[in-house]
Amino acid sequence: MSTVAELAPSYQLCEHHAFEAAGTEFLYLVPSGAIFALDPLGKEVISRVSERSYTREELVGRLSDRYKPRQVETVLTELEHSDVISFGTPEMQLPKVPERTFPLQRIVLNVTNQCNLACTYCYEYSADRISQTEGKPKHMNHQVAEAAIDLLIHESGQRRAIHVTFFGGETLLNFSVMRTSVAYAKRKAAEAGKYVEFSLTTNATLLTEEIVDFLSEHHIGVTVSIDGDQELNDKMRVFKDGRGSYDVIVPRIKMLLARHRTNSIGARVTLSSGVSHVRRIYNHLTQEVGFDAAGFSPATANPSRLYSIGTQKMEAVLGGFEELAWEYRDFAVAGKVHGFTNANDTIKELHSGISKAYPCGAGLGLLGVGTAGDISLCHRFVDSPVGKMGHVMNGGVDHDARGEFLTTHHLGARTDCHTCWARPVCAGGCYHEAYIHYGETSAATLHYCDWIRNWNDLCLRIYGEISVTNPSFLDRFNEN
Amino acid sequence: MNSMRAINRKARKVEDLVIAETGEVQALQARGGEGKIYYPMGCTLNFTPGWEIDVSGGTAGLCQPVERDLFDCHLGCGWPAQVPDHLNNAAQWTDKCASAANDWRKVDIVFP
Repeated sequence: MSTVAELAPSYQLCEHHAFEAAGTEFLYLVPSGAIFALDPLGKEVISRVSERSYTREELVGRLSDRYKPRQVETVLTELEHSDVISFGTPEMQLPKVPERTFPLQRIVLNVTNQCNLACTYCYEYSADRISQTEGKPKHMNHQVAEAAIDLLIHESGQRRAIHVTFFGGETLLNFSVMRTSVAYAKRKAAEAGKYVEFSLTTNATLLTEEIVDFLSEHHIGVTVSIDGDQELNDKMRVFKDGRGSYDVIVPRIKMLLARHRTNSIGARVTLSSGVSHVRRIYNHLTQEVGFDAAGFSPATANPSRLYSIGTQKMEAVLGGFEELAWEYRDFAVAGKVHGFTNANDTIKELHSGISKAYPCGAGLGLLGVGTAGDISLCHRFVDSPVGKMGHVMNGGVDHDARGEFLTTHHLGARTDCHTCWARPVCAGGCYHEAYIHYGETSAATLHYCDWIRNWNDLCLRIYGEISVTNPSFLDRFNEN
Repeated sequence: MNSMRAINRKARKVEDLVIAETGEVQALQARGGEGKIYYPMGCTLNFTPGWEIDVSGGTAGLCQPVERDLFDCHLGCGWPAQVPDHLNNAAQWTDKCASAANDWRKVDIVFP
């Protein structure tokens, strides 16, 4: 016969990731993304419940030698309401599927599908290419660009701030459309009572003083693709005759950094089999070339490709990331900004307590547009048979296709992620990465799971240290 | 909260929610951190909820403890209170009561 104690509901721990930093114990709650520092009684309760399940009365009794029963009761109620402990197995919680009318925030205009470089790992031209540009114009004309901007303004609903990103190919091969588009977007946005911002991704080969002055005048944020010093950059980033691009781009980048001071200019490094020297690359780009910030990302490639970075090299990359991330911590403690973009972006997300339903804004707040006006999931899927979502002139956004995508790619459908504590920040990984590896955009990028968890754990510990030693540093992330 | 401290922005939202769901009514003098929810109680010069202030424009003088009613209700507050007429007939009725919280037993008994 069961006793009353056996029948009473007992506590279990809800999903979380525990970590320690600066002598303090923290809890990262999943899926809310809330971060709490534990006080002694909270720590004691969690420690006990992690060993076995306890009824409320048992816990109050066990802790009565050091704490008043009323104090323990209060704490148990708090922990219950915060979803730290619960009676029985906690229910799986997932973010909601967004409304069909979710407003568009950003459009990426692939103003050309041509490039003057022939980078080995390029997802638009390499063996893993998915775009089918046959029959499509090489350059976007201004009518298509303007229709895309009209569509952005229309689809942005009540959202006041909108963003246009110029992308390629090599974007500056079609600078004339970029120039007319900026003027058009500013005029149309003002008429609609909106504020438009711009950004550009370029390989820097075609930068001139005239172009840079234009970028500066219109406060256009710039991302420059460069893979480090001459030896590393020229392994993959080459012209079509095999010559490296370093000597051509660096004087232009220095001119850009000197003349354009109205928006951020960052370096974007693509890591591949021969290029994984994170510290060396970061030091070169910030100290020798003069960038304020640099971010790293592995080349998206089928693992069979020679340039694919592979698991072992990714471990070395994590080591390099760790070194830079601790340096980021040292800077933060001293109240200084460090330019390691990957750490800054993750810490910003952890500070807000983001809990994603989707890994990125593709198909949600962001859409890509190809040279002929075809709308796609994002810039990486432009002119590909996968992720088609309408046409800027013929019917606009295909809301049925978009709704179908958002339903099938919601975190709820990615069952592989349901037991992972890192899902509030990761949410399954890049759709393009998944498609190249597994042939499906809806697959979770399982080959990066351990890496992502290690990276998030590292960033949590660094976040925890900053929160103890210089919490005011985190105020910079408070703006919405 | 008593068991843990909110660190990031989401945690502060969770904390607000937990306090709203489980928190006890507290006096305004009780000091708390950012984001704490209070349920004001006590007399006030300004009757808009959330703006309860005492005669000095702060919250320390609100009627906690209740003995403070003796002064804040009929002098500072102007709220009708059942106290003797201190202007004409019983001007000295609180002379022995320097501090209401401590000396309230020393107020005179006044027969109208």
